[in-house]
Amino acid sequence: MLIKTTATELGRRLAAREISAVEVATAFLDRIGAVDERVHAFLHVDAEGALAAARSVDEARARGDELGPLAGVPVAVKDVIATRGVPTTCASKILEGWRPPYDATIVERMRQAGLVILGKTNMDEFAMGSSTEYSAFGPTHNPWDLDRIPGGSGGGSAASLVAYEAPLAVGTDTGGSIRQPGAVTGTVGAKPTYGGTSRYGLVAFSSSLDTPGPCARTVEDAARLHSVIAGHDPRDSTSIPAPVPDVVAAARRGAEGDLTGVKLGLVKEFAGEGAEPGVIAAFREGVEALLKLGAEVVEVSCPHFEYALPAYYLIAPSECSSNLARFDGVRYGLRVGDDGARSLEEVMSVTREAGFGPEVKRRIMIGTYALSSGYYDAYYGQAQKVRTLLSRDFVRAFEQVDVLVSPTTPFVAFPFGSRTSDPYQMYLADLYTIPSNLYGGPAISIPCGLSEGLPVGFQIMAPTMADDRMYLVGAALESTLAPPTPPDL
Amino acid sequence: MAAISREEVAHLARLSRLAVTDEELDRFAGQLEVILQAVARVGEVAAADIPPTSHSVPLTNVLRDDVVVPGLAREDALSGAPDAAEDRFRVPRILDEEQ
Repeated sequence: MLIKTTATELGRRLAAREISAVEVATAFLDRIGAVDERVHAFLHVDAEGALAAARSVDEARARGDELGPLAGVPVAVKDVIATRGVPTTCASKILEGWRPPYDATIVERMRQAGLVILGKTNMDEFAMGSSTEYSAFGPTHNPWDLDRIPGGSGGGSAASLVAYEAPLAVGTDTGGSIRQPGAVTGTVGAKPTYGGTSRYGLVAFSSSLDTPGPCARTVEDAARLHSVIAGHDPRDSTSIPAPVPDVVAAARRGAEGDLTGVKLGLVKEFAGEGAEPGVIAAFREGVEALLKLGAEVVEVSCPHFEYALPAYYLIAPSECSSNLARFDGVRYGLRVGDDGARSLEEVMSVTREAGFGPEVKRRIMIGTYALSSGYYDAYYGQAQKVRTLLSRDFVRAFEQVDVLVSPTTPFVAFPFGSRTSDPYQMYLADLYTIPSNLYGGPAISIPCGLSEGLPVGFQIMAPTMADDRMYLVGAALESTLAPPTPPDL
Repeated sequence: MAAISREEVAHLARLSRLAVTDEELDRFAGQLEVILQAVARVGEVAAADIPPTSHSVPLTNVLRDDVVVPGLAREDALSGAPDAAEDRFRVPRILDEEQ
């Protein structure tokens, strides 16, 4: 069945001309039409654009043009990423209907590689949340259990994969928004090294943390999409001017299942804290599986990891309060209350009040508080210092081990509504994912068994610009575990 | 530390250009209190001599070559504006009547 085929295999069959890009795109568009009413992974489906892109790949192939290995393979794009002429709302009322006049760099690169963009996926508003419940347009439902959350913020991208609505998706990871949805949907989600993938054309949430990356059903598929979107971009001043590690080769080598000589670090400070027993049990089985492949395990201490969550929930809101100032009802998006009597400032305030949802408002206010004179040193300034200490913990740990491993998130997919009344309960979903964002290193979530019938994610964290290591270990783990089989929709 | 009053939340909302309702003020005051108490834990870390990290990439003053490249066309730049006039973004009045 076409829709259950991996992206790598689709690419191979397309190159062999066994199937056409139009056939592939049509199969996924049909599937979206059949199931998305129940899943709601997409905010916008661009059938016309997808079929046009697929046709042009087929024509190029017929001409004998040199095409990349993913040419003709469809991809779903998180709605925080600018797509020229295609609505980009960040799941917010304030950007409803906005059509960007340009493509993000990663979108440009996917188009050049012949990937076919199916549409834009649902998310928590402005990528703030862990469940998609903060989407202004209604949540995405987890295909494993439609009454549960698909993770967030990139729940739509992850759910589109597990619902077989797309073979690949892209997300953005600021505190876990690719990896935690991957974990709770039983898919692969990778956060590249910060600066390894361009931020140009992402609607900014927290500029020092935002990192676009691949979502896929297999490690090799993720690596292939990673290699398309990664690499230096002069339009992003924090883009790293260095070659991208060969992540595809690493994934293929890892799939051979030999981890002799690879040292895994278990973070002492993560041991059991806050995680469900079923998640810990599945994680331990994952570690056992890696040991059988020849890996060694060493316990390491990262004393500042316990401050990662508070530091993040100061740094990210501070940056967000500044970044979201651009939504002023002047250059794009919503404007409310412009009746000729109200001043610019009043129009701005009623526009933002009407356009932003509650979580976005909370974060803007927390950030405004943390940056205000009198509180700056104790909050934002102190959080930045903790960030330094936490990064040093990583550097020291990587002197002893090749990668760090942990569960991706402390709990499996939770029922809708169970964590929205106390916002801090939602933040705890990011307990294990945030450290890599603060440090800047890459990290990946790999499906690792089930707890109470729901997927558990296994996280592998690597040093900055050693993205290949997480693919190596991730593919090895994948090769030794039974693939997750979601229920039929 | 971190007790936040309803008045302080109203002040933050004003600074943030959010015309929040009374009902929101009540709700946010409680929620921000919980969040601020939790994040204030960063204060437990002894970090007086530690340099701050603003981002993880050790690059400064990244400049491109001074070469002219095409920018957005005017109609593209204005295409998403809620209101435009004479090739410009139109904004509500910025001065009071008597000014």
